[in-house]
Amino acid sequence: MELISQHAKGIMEGCKDRARQAGLRFADETLEYIVTNRDLLELGPKVMIPTLYDYWVQDVEVLREQGRYELYPNNPYETVINTRPPISYYNDNNPDWLNVMIFYHVIGHIDFFQNNLFFRHTWEYDFTGRALADKRLFAKLRSEKGRWVDYVIEFARTLDNLVGYFDLLAAGEGTKPANPMSLLDYYFDVFLQRGPNPAVSRYSREIERYNQMIRDFPGDGETRFVKSVIEQYAELEALYARKLKEKETVGRTDPLRFLMAYSPFLHREENRWMLMILEVIRSTSLYFQPQIRTKILNEGWASYWHDTLFLGDDRIRGHEVDYAIVNAKVTSMPRVGLNPYALGMRLFQYLEEQADRGRTGLAYFQTTDRAARQRFDRATGQGRDYIFHIRQSHCDTMFVNSFIDQDFIDQHRLFVVGKRLNKERMTWQYYVKSRKAADYRQMVADSLYHPPRVEVSVAENGALVLDHLFEGKPLVRDFIGGVLLGLEFLWGGEVHLLTSVPIPIKAGRGDDDQGREETPKRTIEWKRFRYTMKNRTLSRTLAE
Amino acid sequence: MHRLQQLYRRLEARGLTDEQRRLIEFELALVERSGDPQQAHRLGPAPQVRSLYSYADPDLFGQGLPSPVLSMVAAQSLDHLLERDLQREKDGFPRKIRIGKLVKPGRDGDDKVVVIPTTVEEKLIHDRLREDEEGEGGEGQEAGEGGVGEGEEGEVIGEQPVREEQGGGSGSGQGQGGAHELESTVYDLGRVLTEQFALPNLRDKGKKRSLTRFAYDLTDKNRGFGQILDKKATLKRVLQTNIALGRVQAGTRIDAGSLMVSPKDRVYRILSREKDYESQAVVFFVRDYSGSMAGKPTELVVNQHVLIYAWLSYQYQNQVETRFILHDTEAREVDTFQAYYQMQVAGGTQVASAYRLVNRIVTEEELARDYSIYIFHGTDGDDWDTYGEESLPELEKMLVYASRIGITVAENGIEGARRSEVEKYLTKSGLLESKKELLRLDVMPKDSTEARVIEGIKRLIS
Repeated sequence: MELISQHAKGIMEGCKDRARQAGLRFADETLEYIVTNRDLLELGPKVMIPTLYDYWVQDVEVLREQGRYELYPNNPYETVINTRPPISYYNDNNPDWLNVMIFYHVIGHIDFFQNNLFFRHTWEYDFTGRALADKRLFAKLRSEKGRWVDYVIEFARTLDNLVGYFDLLAAGEGTKPANPMSLLDYYFDVFLQRGPNPAVSRYSREIERYNQMIRDFPGDGETRFVKSVIEQYAELEALYARKLKEKETVGRTDPLRFLMAYSPFLHREENRWMLMILEVIRSTSLYFQPQIRTKILNEGWASYWHDTLFLGDDRIRGHEVDYAIVNAKVTSMPRVGLNPYALGMRLFQYLEEQADRGRTGLAYFQTTDRAARQRFDRATGQGRDYIFHIRQSHCDTMFVNSFIDQDFIDQHRLFVVGKRLNKERMTWQYYVKSRKAADYRQMVADSLYHPPRVEVSVAENGALVLDHLFEGKPLVRDFIGGVLLGLEFLWGGEVHLLTSVPIPIKAGRGDDDQGREETPKRTIEWKRFRYTMKNRTLSRTLAE
Repeated sequence: MHRLQQLYRRLEARGLTDEQRRLIEFELALVERSGDPQQAHRLGPAPQVRSLYSYADPDLFGQGLPSPVLSMVAAQSLDHLLERDLQREKDGFPRKIRIGKLVKPGRDGDDKVVVIPTTVEEKLIHDRLREDEEGEGGEGQEAGEGGVGEGEEGEVIGEQPVREEQGGGSGSGQGQGGAHELESTVYDLGRVLTEQFALPNLRDKGKKRSLTRFAYDLTDKNRGFGQILDKKATLKRVLQTNIALGRVQAGTRIDAGSLMVSPKDRVYRILSREKDYESQAVVFFVRDYSGSMAGKPTELVVNQHVLIYAWLSYQYQNQVETRFILHDTEAREVDTFQAYYQMQVAGGTQVASAYRLVNRIVTEEELARDYSIYIFHGTDGDDWDTYGEESLPELEKMLVYASRIGITVAENGIEGARRSEVEKYLTKSGLLESKKELLRLDVMPKDSTEARVIEGIKRLIS
């Protein structure tokens, strides 16, 4: 691995100047390396982080059929990594004009890494430096504990997609030590809504009563109200006290953190070294979290800028056609499929145009007349500012759900593709399923990374309980055993997982005689199951 | 097509059950839609829709960086990894390394199989809700993909034959090199299989013949250098030398300290090549590639045969002869495992045709005299010859000379949990019981895993 030539570095610095003038903001220093195939041999398994810790799985091909990207929330194949300074990789025979284009793209990524709020927790340190320290720590532990280090790494990694990334974001906000919930809030937000079917009427009646008291007694209306409910419900105060206590547990949705805080096994003197490994795995995973949650935005942003900046650059002269070819490869929408570069770039361009005409405010959205909407133009020229704001504060889910609208779909002639079996011709047919924005939005949202949400608690018998929140999707069943096995080891005792499993119901067997091509339409029913891992054996029982 | 129709009429004249007729008509219909079976057998692989997250910079900018997947392979030696895996078992955790194959399909028949250790890191992740599975019929409607361009809602924009969805795994991991590459990698796979899964050995039945295979042993002696000093022989030589020099006289006491030792006197045992004797075997791989084999059954059978082939290549140090036979209503022999592996399905089913061809090859080439003969047949169990009237006599002929016949029925699930024809007539014939030593049957459900496939091999050859 060697640095790029001074000539190429000169080009890069030139690109940075122009990018700054266009409004991009990023730190001065960057590192660009030429990588050979031989370098990639080492970099590839380490997700392009040269100093990442060693682990045997890096030496083995990882099965990719099932949920490749669900399992690994990091693209193993980045050209730019979010370090301080950012590092980018090139091969050494690019012509200058292509380098200019790629540099602009890379600068787009760097700007994104350093300004998007979802990356906030990566701003304060250099990940390569930290990774190096971790790698040395592992090497030292290996020399003392041998293969058990690798077992602990393995078990910790089974949970590393469930790190409390959003808790971390919330904590960074500075809003975290918000006042503990007041009794009044508890009464309305929790107490009144307990039970399977909370009555809305009762809730609104209470709200009304509260408002009435505030009006009647401007001075101490609230106190009077609280007093009245305490008198009415004797158990309220006890429940509230318990609730306050409950709040103190850490890592309720973050199993690794929970284990580090409460696992009796890990807190035994002889096992304390394992805590270090868990911490490394967890922080490494947290570092990668924002990347996969901003794929469309990040690639869209970089593509937007390589397009914008390179087209306005004099170095494109004589290479317009070459550029068009490469750019088309990167940012064209496939007839069937979803290219994040293309979608992201088009959305940014679309939003810039919309904002330039002032079509982002209430006035525009309240215009219901179609013709008036089409004519709507306040000529505010706010487009750039608007997309810079989006680059700073959005992630893919927000981006997709907020901005894909019917105008955008129509403008780019997007649609959702369906696939169905044609029995006559024995073919799979791809067809235009829908051109509605809502459907398209849903389709994109469904293809986004979304790890399950799991809440951790301890049962009365000391067993660890993971409660998988039902979101209409089952867990991959083959993996449950492996995960719970590791978890049992790290917890030092019995472990339970509660999750919902679809049970197919064979509908009416009556039409069986219609021949082999007719199978009854299958419907499913969701059942809650409890998986138990005890003494390294897995069992499954029906919960509830 | 015409021939198939004729065959159908002939069969019908002999009388068919309703179920049987439906089955044949189903396959006939398949043939009709796909045209000439000879051509259809050669259809290429299906295009694949990419995941949102599979788009990456280096790839798109044509930087030409190699895939990191390749680099993951065998950064450590296979042996080291397997040793580690064995240790896992001793430590009370299940093994994690599996033997995987990457198959890169090629249009003009240059599919390549690369054998690699694989693993999966288990995590709690969401699964896709599969309401309609491929092959089970039904209006397979999936969540959908993005698309762009012209077309009214409901308009069909593309088509893909159902049959195409078959064959080995996708992916890269592709090295350069011709067909012989398969040989070297299957050899590796076989070595792993033999060690990893403790497959039982085939029984030797053929004549003992000297094959040029060598073992190395410390049998030869050498003066001057070698691996282990032969003390007795060395002492003899020392004495001879000293007698020749006149330093040792008969009748006098020998002073061991004053003996002269020439470097040439040291006699060592040294590693040397020894001829080894081995039995010869020929293995027939027979695969049903009729229309009803589409998808999973073919995948299972082919996978199983890859594993058997790999293991045989290892166990017999590439000394096994292999023959590959494909059949629909007619049987044909193909030259290489490559061709055998990747031929696409089409056409109807007649098991007897394949058995007949095997018998003919054995008789014409007089294989039975010099070889142990093994036959592995993979099918989905459908046979137009419902009662095995033609198949069974051929099978009995085979049983005379074969050391083992292993029949794998991979259920295609088209007709639900019904027992297949082949299974039925085999059971009925009683051959499975009376010739238990020679004939084995293994029925695999459609959703079998690799572990089940390996389990199947054990059943076939135990």
